[in-house]
Amino acid sequence: MMKHAAALHLARFFVVLDSETNFAGWRDAARRLVLNDVPPEDIAWEVREGAGLKGAGLPDIPEGAELRVPREAVSRLETAFCHSDPNRFGFLYRILWRLRNEPELLKIASDSDVRRFETMEKAIRRDIHKMRAFVRFRKLGEGDDERFIAWFEPDHFIVERNAPFFVRRFTGMRWSILTPYASIAWDGSSLLVGPGATKRDLPPEDGSEELWQTYFRSIFNPARLKVKAMQAEMPKKYWRNLPEAALIPEMIAGAEGAAKEMIARMPTVPAPHHAKVQAKHWPKREPQADNDGADAATIDELHDAAMGCRRCPLWEGATQTVFGEGPDNARIVFVGEQPGDQEDIAGRPFVGPAGKVFNAILEEAQIDRQITYVTNAVKHFKFEPRGKRRIHMKPNTGEIRACNWWLNHELALIKPDLVVALGATAAQALLGKVVPITKLRGQVVTREDGLQVYLTVHPSFILRIQEPAAAADERMRFLNDLKDVKKLMGV
Amino acid sequence: MSPAPPRPDPAFGRPFCANTEKYFPQPALAFSADRTYSEHMAQLSVREKLAVLSDAAKYDASCASSGAAKRNSLKSGGIGSTEGMGICHSYAPDGRCISLLKILLTNFCVYDCSYCVNRSSSNVRRARFTPKEVVDLTLDFYKRNYIEGLFLSSGVVRSPDETMGEMVEVARSLREDHRFQGYIHLKTIPECSQELIEKAGRYADRLSINVELPTDEGVKKLAPEKKPETIRVSMAKLRSKIEEKAEPTLQTKRRERFAPGGQSTQMIIGADQTSDEGILKTSARLYGSYRLRRVYYSAFSPIPDSSAALPLMKPPLMREHRLYQADWLMRFYGFRQDEITAGQKGGMLDLAVDPKLAWALGHRAMFPVDVNRADREALLRVPGLGVKSVDRILSSRRHRKMRLEDVGRLCASITKVRPFITAADWSPGNLTDSANLRGRLAPEPEQLSLF
Repeated sequence: MMKHAAALHLARFFVVLDSETNFAGWRDAARRLVLNDVPPEDIAWEVREGAGLKGAGLPDIPEGAELRVPREAVSRLETAFCHSDPNRFGFLYRILWRLRNEPELLKIASDSDVRRFETMEKAIRRDIHKMRAFVRFRKLGEGDDERFIAWFEPDHFIVERNAPFFVRRFTGMRWSILTPYASIAWDGSSLLVGPGATKRDLPPEDGSEELWQTYFRSIFNPARLKVKAMQAEMPKKYWRNLPEAALIPEMIAGAEGAAKEMIARMPTVPAPHHAKVQAKHWPKREPQADNDGADAATIDELHDAAMGCRRCPLWEGATQTVFGEGPDNARIVFVGEQPGDQEDIAGRPFVGPAGKVFNAILEEAQIDRQITYVTNAVKHFKFEPRGKRRIHMKPNTGEIRACNWWLNHELALIKPDLVVALGATAAQALLGKVVPITKLRGQVVTREDGLQVYLTVHPSFILRIQEPAAAADERMRFLNDLKDVKKLMGV
Repeated sequence: MSPAPPRPDPAFGRPFCANTEKYFPQPALAFSADRTYSEHMAQLSVREKLAVLSDAAKYDASCASSGAAKRNSLKSGGIGSTEGMGICHSYAPDGRCISLLKILLTNFCVYDCSYCVNRSSSNVRRARFTPKEVVDLTLDFYKRNYIEGLFLSSGVVRSPDETMGEMVEVARSLREDHRFQGYIHLKTIPECSQELIEKAGRYADRLSINVELPTDEGVKKLAPEKKPETIRVSMAKLRSKIEEKAEPTLQTKRRERFAPGGQSTQMIIGADQTSDEGILKTSARLYGSYRLRRVYYSAFSPIPDSSAALPLMKPPLMREHRLYQADWLMRFYGFRQDEITAGQKGGMLDLAVDPKLAWALGHRAMFPVDVNRADREALLRVPGLGVKSVDRILSSRRHRKMRLEDVGRLCASITKVRPFITAADWSPGNLTDSANLRGRLAPEPEQLSLF
């Protein structure tokens, strides 16, 4: 008290605000004082409710003087102004005083004034947030008379500031929120701000509170008691206005017993209806031998067998087997490397970026889709997760060999006139050895079993070229390769 | 000593646990042969159903109501809003946030997953809401500001489509009949039809499909009727639907609404033998493959009337906590999964220190980091500096040289940070490499006590 009185005595200027929330009044006084170079220590601030704003005795703004502070700083000052700290007027004036010469001040989070300022802002934000969380409405009346009333005790002067939130959320309701220093009410079309109220103004208990308590009790898992975590977010000061909080002590007291009881209880015999449910929904099937597709007579049967493939570990990371697509009697088979991200998600080959390029060029080369079958050397996507992306990884020799089972069966069923190896992996899968694809590009290799294999690059090669002119050249070369293929087929 | 034989428990309607009994001094309702199903259901009040069906839903860890598109009721004149950040309206004494009305439509279920309280062989009390009861309850709670919205899940009865259809109907009615703009999360049944998924996405903010357990073997063993392949393909389909709808349509040039809050999943920790390394590998794969917003880890908790197939023990809460920390490191701190688990004994995260500190202690050569010069990536690796602290350091240091005191103002505790940084007036000297650094920073083992 002494200190305060001394400050009043020494202060050259004495500002009286008519309410705790009169930011405009503070701003006007602060602007006059700053522009007259009045240092923070020369001012005393006070609030006297209903006093009427006293501008008397404050200096006028000197002719032509202007105060420029970043717009963001103004809105931050306004936020901090809601704080209940009685010394805030002087402190915020000091911030404004410093902002004159240090316009970037509020960006220096390590400054001790800024630190204090940020702590105030944080307290405001938290209070606003907690009000949004912990306001509890009670219903009054039915039908057209239905209204909702809440009582809330904020730490700071945030009620008016928070009102638009409640309007946006409860537009279709008529409601009032009462607090000790101000009240707000929404009648369905306009917002009213009124004086403070008391808890006695709150209507009696609402029938829904019992339902809410039932929910609160039942959603609690007694085996996970963490009282501190609860209190950190829902401090006891709020409990008196939360209908569910009355239950907390007994819930905590009973928790350990309930958890121990669950652990100690022996498993019981299955519920009476269980056998019936099992028989109806999950009839016992004869254990099936793993279907390796060896007996498949059609591509469809082979496809189904491949869905459960575990021939190499790649299935573990992938979504699904991506099998080949096309008619059983196709005359030409295109073999790519492996499904990519998009193919893995869609479950179909050649639907990703490289697949789109391939399909477009295939059409330009006028190769009939009715006689083509597309597939991959490896049928699961191999990748490395990197955040929200999957980085494509080249399949190794073991994986290619394991997957050859399916490729060979596909070729054996289709018996194509020509197979086109798209890229090195496909060539390796088809020829059983690593071949220099750029050197052999455009050549037809005849396998020991008589199968004709045409060698070219993978269409993703075109996509990897950054330089547009070079990419266009490469695209043209690939188109020419496919035109070659068309000629070879004689169609 | 041989174990006591399982006791038959014919009281079908007995309460879940000692607590419920105390809270509900009411005669247990027996669902016996001389009463039909509908008679039994008609007898249960909404309050009784709520008790049964929220108790049955509490093992789902997800409660987030964030990530939805911004919406409010100003235009529609209805009720409800979502403004990006979710709001926790209450906290239960288990420390978990209560944001949504998290309930099951029914806890009858044809599946028999041994970790689940609702498995078909369980003797828990059963109940079933009508869609209208759920709609009314949601609106009732929302109007009193108890909740942000609804998280609806369900046991599977009769067919996946029938059950999913009822869940979608709840969401439809809330949105269309009641102009409800609050948050809706629907748990999706993997086997249901694409049409239902499409509808669900139109009404819901978030959809989720639970992978249940970290490995396929785990699912096969503990949830024999579930198919991991189907779950994966369903998540893939959800991802492509979400991506497809994020593009403006050709005709209207507008985006169709489809689960703006994305998809999430949950796996149970500690019910099978998978190591933390295996779990995080699965998470990394799920984030990368299906663009999930969140993977929730739920420490396996003893359930009333548990199955003999599972360990009866206290839920491994610290392990769950460490997994969440590791998950955060992967998503926000630029750590790869193998960096976090490399060198950890048996692929298990250190329970005594957090995974970031564990990594730093194992990579002392990377430290100290100069707070005045280091790039964001390097600062994010400093134990004790969070994403926010790092961003504040980056913005403050443009205006002034950072001393140790300055850094202290920007982080929660400088003690943890000090050994790993240099500042204008600070060098840790031998501290970074001292043999007892771990001992200094590891918290004293805390004796858990009752409140």
